[in-house]
Amino acid sequence: MLGKGVRDMAQVIVVTSGKGGVGKTTSSAAFATGLAQTGKKVAVIDFDVGLRNLDLIMGVERRVVFDIVNVIQGEARLNQALIRDKRVDTLSILPASQTRDKDALTREGVQKVIEDLSADFDYVLCDSPAGIEKGALMALYFADQAIVVTNPEVSSVRDSDRILGVLQSRSRRAEEKKDPVKEHLLVTRYDGARVERGEMLKLDDIQEILRIPLLGVIPESESVLKASNTGNPVILDRESNAGQAYEDAVARFLGQERPMRFIDAPKKGFLSRVFGGRAA
Amino acid sequence: MTSWLAYFTNRKGTTPATAPAAKERLQIILAHERISRKGEDFLPKLQREIVEVVARHVSIDPEKVNVSLERGGDLSALAITVELPGPGGKAHAAA
Repeated sequence: MLGKGVRDMAQVIVVTSGKGGVGKTTSSAAFATGLAQTGKKVAVIDFDVGLRNLDLIMGVERRVVFDIVNVIQGEARLNQALIRDKRVDTLSILPASQTRDKDALTREGVQKVIEDLSADFDYVLCDSPAGIEKGALMALYFADQAIVVTNPEVSSVRDSDRILGVLQSRSRRAEEKKDPVKEHLLVTRYDGARVERGEMLKLDDIQEILRIPLLGVIPESESVLKASNTGNPVILDRESNAGQAYEDAVARFLGQERPMRFIDAPKKGFLSRVFGGRAA
Repeated sequence: MTSWLAYFTNRKGTTPATAPAAKERLQIILAHERISRKGEDFLPKLQREIVEVVARHVSIDPEKVNVSLERGGDLSALAITVELPGPGGKAHAAA
């Protein structure tokens, strides 16, 4: 292995949601980068075999040589497939295969990859594909903790509830009757102004329905698209509300207390109230 | 707020709040989904057992039994309709 003697197993975190398009990959990229920025050694794995995108969001798409399927099938060593991030040196990315399908992932193969990563990393972050099929089940099976990404919208909340049920019944921790997977709620694309107008589910309502601890609220923000356009995880954009909100979420994950920001509608001046305006 | 200012701020027209409906609908459907998640769908089994019990007393066509469930917030209605053959061979329904 890459060094280090006997040490504790890494914490395995799955970023999941059930529903697609709610911000799992954006959140995985931001969260992995933020955790690594605190000095933790972090490996982030793309489990979306066939539809990989974490490489693009992380800006490493041109450096992909091997992927997780190559490693599982013995065609490449883990060290060869891992991509070291050039911005944060404690961060590595393990891409998904673009040409294979999800059946190429085997439970034993994934277990071996996670165990090998555990020898060198503090956190292994698994970016789940959408759905509750094989790829998603594989991404969550070995999890110690789960970040459930939810939009303030009925289908997303329902699917989050469904995936919580899956975590509680079909994860390894559930099957082996160990302590349950620790669940965290991450609300993304939250728009305080629309909530104030009664057009969007309130944070309190989402929490009341899903009943899991709140890790963070990421406001709807133009900076998320800018970040994905350029392949820089949005947490690196320290000027942006979304970047700061992810940073808060990482700090909370590590046990710090941070007040929830960017929840309320921005206070508007007279002119923007009359003529309208958009959130930054 | 004076009315002229309200005119400007609401110039797009006010729409009724829809978020409370979203919350209520979610609470109802999730309450049901959480229960059914724990076991298999019980309705087919219920229907089979009802057919057996009723068939002990009257001769019925198992195809003429209908079980439906309407999920509501405070209560759900389970409706069972068994079509019984009439004395002259004409069927009449009992609910």
